[in-house]
Amino acid sequence: MSSENAPHFSSKDAVVCRGVGKTWAAGTKRAHEALRDIDLDIKPGEFVVFLGPSGCGKSTLLYLIAGLEDATGGQIWSFSDKVETPSPERSLIFQETSLFPWLTVWQNVSFGLAIRGASQEERRKVAAEALQRVGLIAAMDKRPDELSGGMRQRVAVARALAMRPKVLLMDEPFAALDVQTRARMQDFLLDVWRDSGASVLFVTHHIDEAVALADRVVVFTSRPGRIKTIYPIDLPRPRNLFSREAETMRIQLTELLRDEVDRAFAEQEAFAVPA
Amino acid sequence: MAVVTRDGEPGAAAGTTSRPAAATRLMASRLFASMAGLDWLAKVWWTCLSISLFAGLWELCWAMGWADEKLLPPPHIFLGNIGEQGKYFNTATRWQVGTSMTEGPSAFESVLITGAATTMRVFAGLVIASVLAIGVGVLVRYYRFFDRLVLPTITLLSPVSPIAWLPVAIFLFGIGNAPAIFMVVVALFFHMVLATINQIDTVNTNFINVARTMGASKSQIYLRVIVPAILPGMLQVLRMNLFGAWMVVLVAESTGVGYGMGQVIMLARNTFNPSLVFFTIAVIGVLGFAFDWLLRMAQRRILYWLPDTAERLRVL
Repeated sequence: MSSENAPHFSSKDAVVCRGVGKTWAAGTKRAHEALRDIDLDIKPGEFVVFLGPSGCGKSTLLYLIAGLEDATGGQIWSFSDKVETPSPERSLIFQETSLFPWLTVWQNVSFGLAIRGASQEERRKVAAEALQRVGLIAAMDKRPDELSGGMRQRVAVARALAMRPKVLLMDEPFAALDVQTRARMQDFLLDVWRDSGASVLFVTHHIDEAVALADRVVVFTSRPGRIKTIYPIDLPRPRNLFSREAETMRIQLTELLRDEVDRAFAEQEAFAVPA
Repeated sequence: MAVVTRDGEPGAAAGTTSRPAAATRLMASRLFASMAGLDWLAKVWWTCLSISLFAGLWELCWAMGWADEKLLPPPHIFLGNIGEQGKYFNTATRWQVGTSMTEGPSAFESVLITGAATTMRVFAGLVIASVLAIGVGVLVRYYRFFDRLVLPTITLLSPVSPIAWLPVAIFLFGIGNAPAIFMVVVALFFHMVLATINQIDTVNTNFINVARTMGASKSQIYLRVIVPAILPGMLQVLRMNLFGAWMVVLVAESTGVGYGMGQVIMLARNTFNPSLVFFTIAVIGVLGFAFDWLLRMAQRRILYWLPDTAERLRVL
């Protein structure tokens, strides 16, 4: 489990974490440890869900894998490249809308190509392809504020797909959506995932969502986040979420999480007590 | 239909819209325009009502004998003799051409010329100050070195009243347009630099992270994300500073730095002419109001993506 051992991993793996840790504001009085000793291997094309109580560092791990933050311990590789900076190969999709309000939908989708200096013609073509895949070709010339929350997240997915990523990182992307939209978006995401062949790392605190989507569920402990267990969801796809097996899995995952949630609550209450 | 053609031929998108759809759109836009027209009329109506109420109260005070018409002449008096008052405007031009008080441009023309001169100073000052301030603000956040070198001085000079810069303006630029514009720039620049930095610091980190994941360089992030993201806030700052600019330009003009509205006020003071003071105040008010309206129009044009929140807040 320790990072001193020589890293032993297949160079074909989509993401490899060895002894990864993150301490925010390290070296100051306000330092607090978000993640400790994360060892994780994610295969190409695998759908992995990070499940844990809020504030357990699962989003932090996603940011580390994206290369947006530096780990304070351990190392991360992606397809045998060491992760040090962000890369278009690892696209991150956020919980909040992150579409640029001053650009139209297609300009948003092709933003990454604009940065590389692609011609307008090429950008429009790639944007049209990506929007076709998320079923929003008709909204191409609209502005983000003209779209609903679910449509905006689909555009965000299209923007990520336009970069042809090998790893899709999703930070509670459907958390702000209503229940019906969320169910539709999960089906949509599974279609996109199957077509693209990319690995998906999906952060959520919804057990239903984890059972609906994941090949494997990584359950986190509360702060500092460690991997409590890795729970395989070996249900055939498309999944019947009302089956007895699915129900059993939800109950087991709920029990796994309960201790951690209790612990997180106790911690918060301890902070709330007046001195 | 339109969608399919757009997919195939990106360039021809606008021309290929089918005819019925175009007709509907035209009708919709006409309807919208007429509604917007009514809205505009209502605004004018309320503006007139607001001013009439104020003027009416003043007139009432005069009619009741509470306001001495020599000291506080009501609107019908100070607006009544525009011809008389107008000749005090544009004195500098008369002085330049060397003609007497009775010759030269008409009273109305004089008011226009003087008003335009002052407005141009405010405008020039605003443009120079915002370009400089946004430039310096961006540089401060871009280069740590620049931040450390420049920001302390800017913060130090920020609380200094623009009035204190008046002698400097005269030392440096003498008399004319330059010192008045300099005063406006100095009054706005320091605050606007700090406002720019504040705006940059509050840019949604998701926007920056998205650009980073897409492989954008630092300069690309600044140009394509941070600058458009801070524009709404910057235009707001600009509008707030517009009135500050109007105040400063009057001070600059009244102390002999140049000629213009401020100089007319000074003339009125020295010749004990309350009517002229109020008349000038009215002209300044109208100019400032018009300027603010123009800026709001520009804001709506430039920031096409911002929804109008005022109405939503009102109907709460």
